[in-house]
Amino acid sequence: MDALPLARWQFGITTVYHFFFVPLTLGLVWVVAGLQTAWYLTGDDVWKRLTKFWGKLFLLNFAMGVVTGIVQEFQFGMNWSEYSRFVGDVFGAPLAIEALVAFFLESTFLGLWIFGWDKLSKKAHLAAIWLVAFGSNLSALWILIANSFMQQPAGYVLRNGRAEMESFWALVTNPHVFVQFPHVITGAMATAGFFVLGISAWHLLRAKDEDGRDAFRRSFRVGAVYAFAATAAVLVVGHTQAQYMIRVQPMKMAAAEALWDSQDPAAMSLFTWGNEPERRDVWAVKAPGLLSFLAYNRFSGEVRGIKSLQAEYEARYGPGDYAPPVKWTYWNFRVMAGAGLLMLALAGWALLATLRGSFETSPRLLGLLVPALVLPYAANSAGWIFTELGRAPWIVFGVMKLENAVSPTVRAGEVLFSLVGFTLVYAALMAADIYLLAKFAKGGLPRAGALEPTTATVATPAAAQV
Amino acid sequence: MDLNTLWFVLIGVLFTGFFVLEGFDYGVGILLPFLGRTDEERRRIVNTIGPVWDGNEVWLLTAGGAIFAAFPHWYATMFSGFYLALFLVLAALIVRGVAFEFRSKDENPGWRSTWDWMIFVGSLLPAILFGVALANLLKGVPIDQSKSFVGGFFDLLSPYTVLAGLATCALFVTHGAIFLNLKSVDPIRARATAVIGKVGPLATILLLLFALGTYLWTDVYARLGVNPGLVPLLALGALLSAGYLIHRERMGWAFVMTTLTILFTVATLFVSLFPRVMVSSLNPEWSLTIYNASSTPYTLEIMSIVAGVFVPIVLAYQAWTYWVFRHRITAETKLEY
Repeated sequence: MDALPLARWQFGITTVYHFFFVPLTLGLVWVVAGLQTAWYLTGDDVWKRLTKFWGKLFLLNFAMGVVTGIVQEFQFGMNWSEYSRFVGDVFGAPLAIEALVAFFLESTFLGLWIFGWDKLSKKAHLAAIWLVAFGSNLSALWILIANSFMQQPAGYVLRNGRAEMESFWALVTNPHVFVQFPHVITGAMATAGFFVLGISAWHLLRAKDEDGRDAFRRSFRVGAVYAFAATAAVLVVGHTQAQYMIRVQPMKMAAAEALWDSQDPAAMSLFTWGNEPERRDVWAVKAPGLLSFLAYNRFSGEVRGIKSLQAEYEARYGPGDYAPPVKWTYWNFRVMAGAGLLMLALAGWALLATLRGSFETSPRLLGLLVPALVLPYAANSAGWIFTELGRAPWIVFGVMKLENAVSPTVRAGEVLFSLVGFTLVYAALMAADIYLLAKFAKGGLPRAGALEPTTATVATPAAAQV
Repeated sequence: MDLNTLWFVLIGVLFTGFFVLEGFDYGVGILLPFLGRTDEERRRIVNTIGPVWDGNEVWLLTAGGAIFAAFPHWYATMFSGFYLALFLVLAALIVRGVAFEFRSKDENPGWRSTWDWMIFVGSLLPAILFGVALANLLKGVPIDQSKSFVGGFFDLLSPYTVLAGLATCALFVTHGAIFLNLKSVDPIRARATAVIGKVGPLATILLLLFALGTYLWTDVYARLGVNPGLVPLLALGALLSAGYLIHRERMGWAFVMTTLTILFTVATLFVSLFPRVMVSSLNPEWSLTIYNASSTPYTLEIMSIVAGVFVPIVLAYQAWTYWVFRHRITAETKLEY
């Protein structure tokens, strides 16, 4: 048994699991802050109850993201010690800055927000949630600066047998950050938009009382605008990122399209059943010229294929297989992009219905929005699996391969033990989290007037929930 | 002072902050199932640390990040070398963090008691294992010429390191009990006082044994001689004053003294280590030091600027948080957790 595949599985499972929660945190915090601002400005109690309702769901989700983030930060040293030695001089800095500048901010002010309803002035309490929003999104920026170094190394020089930082400025202004960060942030906002839409739709399908309908009508409108704006933005920045990727990581794009041979004009695969070892199509449906169009905004222009890039990389980096696992990249890319397009259609419909004021009378729309909640989650997971596997065989593109990065002294048995352990813990917590999320999502808003401070001595179920 | 030394000191400061702050969090977590007899009492206990535990844990994350940025070889060797121990700590911290958020969100007594025990285990394991880990840095672990840890999990366990783990655990329980005494009202407060009376002396004995063990089982005596210098004596002074102040029921000052005990104990360990960061038990030449494990001067410079700007800001707003939540948790306090 070899430790490398186990370490990769552990990293992959932890990262996908972590990113199952993080986008909702990043996107929903702006909604909560916005709702609380509406309450602050208007004094309308419904906004406060909405803040509490979405805030509770936000917190249940936030806790999961935080605790898995600890593993994220430590697993480089645990499983990838050679990587840490080789790039630590460059890569450690953004991680340390993330903790110092962003984690402290979000966790401290979140504590103030949760417990400060009666202890802080209204204004200070409102500022707390905005600082949480700012802090959590700032942490995304620093971690993506770190990840961008792995995708497109910048600001470094190879010296003394390792990668050493040459320019901090070049590291943080890595052009890759400017396509990846907006993609992740808008994707997170779209996730939150669909979360708000799905749960509001669920209530609008069932709620009979005007009080509840009014609250979820407002949520729906907020969700529709947010979901549409974010999904439209994510497609624009995603498209920009794809065009950028064709220039800096052409192999990843070739694998995403199962494009074996270079083509000009290049056709886009709609469905490919391929033979990966022999690098050829078995059966495929293609749209002529479309890939060139996506790459260059015109129906001509060469898009390079796997075979030609393989030859080039062999000449540059020596013998080896430089193609990522094509099946994985191809299908994950399609799941991500497909889910994104479906989301755009649904969000557009929801927005139109909101503008017309007709969404409450459209059970078909409301009924679709509830299961549509899986779409952003599918897109988020597939997107990360795609972009990380698409970098293979590299851990740092063009600089270090995965096989040279793994901890040489951690035995396969140890990794297997922790892999099984983490997976079991993750699964159990996921079950508990989904149970609570569903319970509070279905429970609806706190009753009007139920928001007054509840003391511990009144051990009623209502007190326990507030 | 060169930048390597500065970062060694800064990481020492981060660990000190972590142990002082999470020290009482862990103590409170360990005491939770025993000092809270009813669900409402247990909620009150959890709410004493509710607003701050997450911010306190970030001290650990920042210490880890700082080690990665400033001393990548230290980060790589320690985290891969202490692999299984670290896995246990991480699993404990995961369930503990989630447990705080989840425990009061369902009324089922079985649900709540399960999460309470998760908080207990999630606090107990790190309280012991961090002591074990720190002692191993000083005692020495098998590190070969290529800076790789070549031992296994059981190489980390020895009478000295286990003693260190028990000492940190007892100290944290005492520290946490004093914190609870300050943050709660009777009957929780009275029970916390009783714990201080029992565990305080035990922590004192374990710490003294640990100090003795440091002479016996590490190279401190060979390197520094019998005179330990000022820092360990300050730790001893703080420890004994804490005992005296507890006896006089001056709990606020006793808390200051347990804080200083933790501060000077961590400082003692770091002073004894200096300029090494991990001692090799195979060959002193192979120890990791602040020079052979470090990042480039350029990276250290950048990180120093960032730390110089942001550490004071973080300290200011964390201090403000403690000021906002300075009051005792009483029957009238609104409970969020």
